[in-house]
Amino acid sequence: MSKAAKVALVIPCFNEEDVVLSLYAEISRTLFPEGITVTPVFVNDCSTDNTRQIFIDHRMTFIDLPVNLGIGGAVQAGYKYAFRNGYDIAVQMDGDGQHPPSELHKILKLITGGEADVAIGSRYLTKEGFQSSSLRRTGISYFRWLNKKLVGVTVYDSTSGYRALNRRALELVSGYYPDEYPEPEAIILYALHGLHIRETPVIMRERQGGKSSIRTYKTVYYMFKVTLGIIFLYIRLKFNGKRHLL
Amino acid sequence: MENVISYRLQIIAIAMALCFMFFIFRLIARGKLREEYSFIWITCTALLLLFSFWRNGLEVIADLLGIYYAPSLIFLGAIFAIVIFLVHLSVVNSRQHQQIKDLAQEMAILKKKLEDEEQKKGS
Repeated sequence: MSKAAKVALVIPCFNEEDVVLSLYAEISRTLFPEGITVTPVFVNDCSTDNTRQIFIDHRMTFIDLPVNLGIGGAVQAGYKYAFRNGYDIAVQMDGDGQHPPSELHKILKLITGGEADVAIGSRYLTKEGFQSSSLRRTGISYFRWLNKKLVGVTVYDSTSGYRALNRRALELVSGYYPDEYPEPEAIILYALHGLHIRETPVIMRERQGGKSSIRTYKTVYYMFKVTLGIIFLYIRLKFNGKRHLL
Repeated sequence: MENVISYRLQIIAIAMALCFMFFIFRLIARGKLREEYSFIWITCTALLLLFSFWRNGLEVIADLLGIYYAPSLIFLGAIFAIVIFLVHLSVVNSRQHQQIKDLAQEMAILKKKLEDEEQKKGS
């Protein structure tokens, strides 16, 4: 049986007024294993709609960024908050409802059981639930190949944002976290710092509102940017030592 | 190599260089230009002045370097300087990006902490 753990559920939100409340209700309804307390920590990334007002009206825990930082900066803010406030685990969860809270315990189990420092919820390990477009899947297998070549770690769903970090990983990402499309890059960061990465199958849903940060016309830019990010991060960590990150 | 540039043009060039120098110094004096950037601009004005006084300078240097058409030396030098300076600005920009991100996150976390404290006091 797993021991007690304080879990911060970091949910970055940019204009998610349609789904944020139902997500909050769903998290509140979800039953978690004994000893695990889950606090949703919303990060308002300068939304221009009513997202912030919803947080205030329903007395939800949220941190309010004064300028728009994008997904990487918003998630890192949540990680920093979790690390400083003594949470044992932080889980990143998308604000658009793609990541069902009912699947959370599967990811948490890897951390509380001490099997991993970073646990990633993957939608490709079993072919269940929302699988996303074939173009996106091609991109993801490319990143899998790249990660395997560079750090020898196979992560099937390297773009999955549904991941849990223990305090060791939280300390690392409080110091440095990639910016624009952080997920595939972060895997390199974890692997080169000797953190154990494990994947577990989760069932994801199709997004309920908002727009994906990766739209079709941006795919080429995305692939290019992430490839560059991964390679340069690899070079920086491998040859310059870790001091350059902080 | 006489009369490469007419005297009238030389006077205009010197006047322009002095104006530019005055403009830069005024910016620095008013604190609108940080000293770390002022260095490059002072060097630029110094070069401008040098070549407005030294009339054959360009030809001489071009000759030394084996450049057949002297004015192309201006373009070479200017483009090189511009590219270097742009890279420098990108570096500065990236650093500021990082600093703004850190500040914004710090501020958001502190704001949250402050609200929590106030709530605790209130209840």
